[in-house]
Amino acid sequence: MKRRHFGFGLAALAAGCADPRSHSQAVYMLVDTSGTYAEEVNKAQLIVNYLLGTLQPGDSLAVARVKSRSFSEKDIVAKATFDNRPSQANAQKRVFREQMEAFTRSHSGSAYTDITGGLIQGSMFLTETGAGHKTILIFSDMQEELDKVTVRDFPITLKDIRVVAVNVVKLRTDNVDPRRYLGRLEAWQKRVEAAGAREWRVINDIEHLDGVLKG
Amino acid sequence: MMESPFWMIVPGNAALSALVWFVIAMPFLYAARKPVHELLHAVGVLAGGPLRSSSRWLLGAAHDMRERNRQVLLAHGREEAGQQIAREFERVSLLVTRDLEGYPALQRRLLDEITRVEEDYKKCGEVPPPPPDWIDAINAVANVKSGGNELVTRLLEEINRSIKDIHEKTLAEYRRAYEERHSILDGFMPFWRSLDKTLAQADRKMTSLTDRAAAIDAQMARFEQIVSKTERAEHALTVSALTQFFVATLVIVVAAGGALINFKLIALPMSEMVGAGDYLTASLRTSEVAALVIIFVEATMGLFLMETLRITHLFPKIHALSDPMRKRMLWIAFTLLLTLAGIEAALALMRDMLIADKQALMQSLAATAHAAAATDSWLARIPTIGQIVLGFILPFALAFVAIPLESFIASARTVGGAVLVMVMRLLAVSLRLAGSFVRQLARVLVTLYDILIVLPLLVERLVRDRRAPTPTPALSGFEAVERSS
Repeated sequence: MKRRHFGFGLAALAAGCADPRSHSQAVYMLVDTSGTYAEEVNKAQLIVNYLLGTLQPGDSLAVARVKSRSFSEKDIVAKATFDNRPSQANAQKRVFREQMEAFTRSHSGSAYTDITGGLIQGSMFLTETGAGHKTILIFSDMQEELDKVTVRDFPITLKDIRVVAVNVVKLRTDNVDPRRYLGRLEAWQKRVEAAGAREWRVINDIEHLDGVLKG
Repeated sequence: MMESPFWMIVPGNAALSALVWFVIAMPFLYAARKPVHELLHAVGVLAGGPLRSSSRWLLGAAHDMRERNRQVLLAHGREEAGQQIAREFERVSLLVTRDLEGYPALQRRLLDEITRVEEDYKKCGEVPPPPPDWIDAINAVANVKSGGNELVTRLLEEINRSIKDIHEKTLAEYRRAYEERHSILDGFMPFWRSLDKTLAQADRKMTSLTDRAAAIDAQMARFEQIVSKTERAEHALTVSALTQFFVATLVIVVAAGGALINFKLIALPMSEMVGAGDYLTASLRTSEVAALVIIFVEATMGLFLMETLRITHLFPKIHALSDPMRKRMLWIAFTLLLTLAGIEAALALMRDMLIADKQALMQSLAATAHAAAATDSWLARIPTIGQIVLGFILPFALAFVAIPLESFIASARTVGGAVLVMVMRLLAVSLRLAGSFVRQLARVLVTLYDILIVLPLLVERLVRDRRAPTPTPALSGFEAVERSS
């Protein structure tokens, strides 16, 4: 299979034309800092470390927090489009890790949880990167809580974006009635798929992150 | 109740219905016998003819191709043998120039030494002391009767003493002469040794010349065989081409392995130069293609280097260049190869640094407090040094692939031609068999047709027998058709 690709590559080289498609990845990670979920932020650092180890030069990564209103560039904790040169990309990754460490040390909780705003912001960021593979990771319990003035009940667009919900912990009420948890996830799946997302996945065990960027 | 098919004359009995139909059809079949025979025969000829023609054409083409291959093979062999003979003559010329141009001096030295030896030999000749002229006189005096005469006795005694003195003097002279001759003979030894050494040297040179002459004789015999296009020469050339082909293929495969290692060494660091994010296809990065291009350029420079050194003969234009131009090209190719080798060595070092940097990053991301401390000993540097050396050496090693490549190209023509001829012959035999099968099948069908209408044929024979009193041997259906046509 690889040999065939190699042959195709040489043929393309002979024809003097490069592959116009973008093969880079762009990942936008939403980190929920509201309520009790704020205690889980340290786990988010592990996921970011995994992403930093997996992403290649030319890929993009951004981490944003989910607050009462998350549709804002100010909520982006760290972002980087890694340089094409591996040595420079490694240096950028080190800086990114330090920014994330600083965030996990000094984050503050929020009263409400605006996941939809974060998704819209993430979708815009990913579209701007022009990456071939776009992924939004939502590190949250997926319980959206909005204040009375915030409006989010309208259709959103997540075209060609994979949405992966990570570490969706069960709330106390979910333990009482698991249908609430399953119903919440199902509702999000419907909403994401209706928004044109390429895939919806839920990964609760952080050790199963291997396939998170496949695509 | 199920309805019977339309052709069932006897409802519920298919066999009987078929039999009835057959009996009804038999007179028609008999009536159509001749056209059916002709049709089957025509179909046999129609299908078998082209197959046989194709087979004949393929055999002819295979024969022509074999002849052409033979001509090419012999021409190539003639050229090769001619080159080898020319090379042998060059060697002989060198030998003659180097060894035999000093032959007059050698000969003069030999003659001088021989003359000197001869002179010494003459000096060594034993010269017997001349017989004293006065011996007769002494004899006469010795025969004188003394008769007790004291004077005579004293005279004789005096003569005796004188003779003894003369004898001792002569003996001493004789011994001295012998000693002189011995000393001359002693002086011979270095000359003999020198003579022997000079002769051995001349003999060695002559033997070398004889060996070269024998090699030329063998090459000439081979050349004559090739020129006279003997089967033996053709066979020998074919076997030689096959051996070359397999050996060259093996070496090229080994070289490809080397090229792969080379590629692995420079693919990663090339991304530092051309970027790691550009792709030519879904899985082929531009940096990988750049690394491949560098390897191909190195191989090409190696090819030019071998050409300009006149080791390979792939480009006639390079061989047609004047010597100064060729040497200039040689130095250009060598300089480029050296530069590329240096770049590769640097890239190999960069690869090691990039991997180390990546490992350090991964360790920091893993956040393991007990991360292994980086060893700075000379042992840790061995892989780095190994990579640098390998990066520098591999381009030069790849340059030598030009030699097996030339053998491969030269022998592939012969091997490919032989394989093609074999395939064409196999195809021709298959087509011929298929043609024969179709013709035989037509005959079988004609006979089967006659078996079907055996009853009307028996009636026909009976009628004929009654009409004609002298019975003629019955012909088979196919023969009858062939005879009638």
